[in-house]
Amino acid sequence: MAVPRLDARTHANVFVRCLAIQGSWNYEILMGNGVGFAIEPALRRLPGGVDGPAYRQALARQSAYFNAHPYLAPLAIGALARAEIDGENPVRIERFRTALCGPLGSVGGRLVWAAWLPACSLVALLMFGVGWSPAGTVVGFLVLFNAGHFALREWGLRAGWRHGLRVATALGHPVLQHGPRYIGRVAAVLGGLALPLAVHRAIGGPAPLSAIPVGVTIVTPLLAVLLVRLHGRFEGWRAVLALLAVFVLYSVVR
Amino acid sequence: MIEPVGLLADLLPLALLAGVIGLDVVSFPQVMISRPIAGATIAGAMFGAPVAGLVCGAALECLALESLPVGASRYPEWGSASVVAGAVAALGADAAAMPRPGAFVIAVVIGIATAWLGGWTMVRHRRLIARFARPRLDQLAAGSRQTVVGLQVFGMTVDLLRGAALGVLAYLPARYVAVWCDAHWTVRDDVSRAVVVTTVAAVAATAVWKDFHAISGTRRLFLLSLAVGTALVIARA
Repeated sequence: MAVPRLDARTHANVFVRCLAIQGSWNYEILMGNGVGFAIEPALRRLPGGVDGPAYRQALARQSAYFNAHPYLAPLAIGALARAEIDGENPVRIERFRTALCGPLGSVGGRLVWAAWLPACSLVALLMFGVGWSPAGTVVGFLVLFNAGHFALREWGLRAGWRHGLRVATALGHPVLQHGPRYIGRVAAVLGGLALPLAVHRAIGGPAPLSAIPVGVTIVTPLLAVLLVRLHGRFEGWRAVLALLAVFVLYSVVR
Repeated sequence: MIEPVGLLADLLPLALLAGVIGLDVVSFPQVMISRPIAGATIAGAMFGAPVAGLVCGAALECLALESLPVGASRYPEWGSASVVAGAVAALGADAAAMPRPGAFVIAVVIGIATAWLGGWTMVRHRRLIARFARPRLDQLAAGSRQTVVGLQVFGMTVDLLRGAALGVLAYLPARYVAVWCDAHWTVRDDVSRAVVVTTVAAVAATAVWKDFHAISGTRRLFLLSLAVGTALVIARA
């Protein structure tokens, strides 16, 4: 079947609304209302327009309980919009909608939160470590991260619209399947390079073989090993908060 | 000595920035200006000390590597927190200067505490939207466009206000604590910075070690590149 055309204005409208998909995230219907909000411009094409029963029924279906990774939600939105416009059976749409939640959440979590974001974060620390300016570091980080971010959302919306209810095939895309593994390897290298350089700049860039940098080089891995061994018992930021609070007291009271 | 002047002139832009950056964490548009390295640097620049903001942001970024913002779980809200931390780090610092030692340590402490508090406010925010949505579920089920848009606007507006309020409420005491601590700070500048950096770098190393453990060979790559990074530091001196 030929793919119906989604005009540029509707596409742009849906895309921008997808950026706010978690704007009303709550414990009642999770991202559901956000999906209704994002898909709404496409539903205006249904017979009868915004005053027609088809529009209201479709909007009601799409505003029910839903959850997914926000960056991959456009894949669902594109597919659901296409299904509604094609006049698919409502029961089939609802079943499909429910089935999408799990895969989109786990694939997005692995690709974005556990791989792409930390990798870009480590690139930013590397930029900082090699002496980039504040503006350069921030702009470099934002451009890099959002190149991937917007590309993923745009691809998702287009692939969803193109495949409709057969969108599961798009989830087999090599970037989604193997991306986290490759990004993870690159991030491990970036992390190793970034940390010593960033640490050196943050302590003021003293001679590397003087007492303070040598001390930091010895103590940091020891502390890291301790934190790894205590894995699961508490988060590192809590330990840092406690240690620094004691340090502040020591410095101002002594 | 840091002078506590121009409080109101500081609070208004800070509230706006904390609101916008707090909104970016979850609601809109998630372009990651809410990451500490961006948020704290922007805040530092706004208060005339971008380098101090960047150094503080880099320290908090190391901690943020540890927490994944996954779904309904409660996690530290680094957006508004990094604005507060960047503003505190900028106290008494010149445009191109490192943060003052007392202000730097307090900025990181306040940043962590505010992120923790911010995580709690995000949970309250989600509950508030649920409470607002509950009496409107029938209208949603009837396909009311007005209800869908209204709920979205309500959630985002409250989130903006949440971030702004959190920023102001955290910055007000933090500013005075930082001024006082900096005036009474006794530990040497380089040692103070080293203590902060050692602790946050250990957390970052732990996060990288744990995050990619499932991928074969990554730990070896990490250790090898750590050695190369250390050699680079020595070679660049």
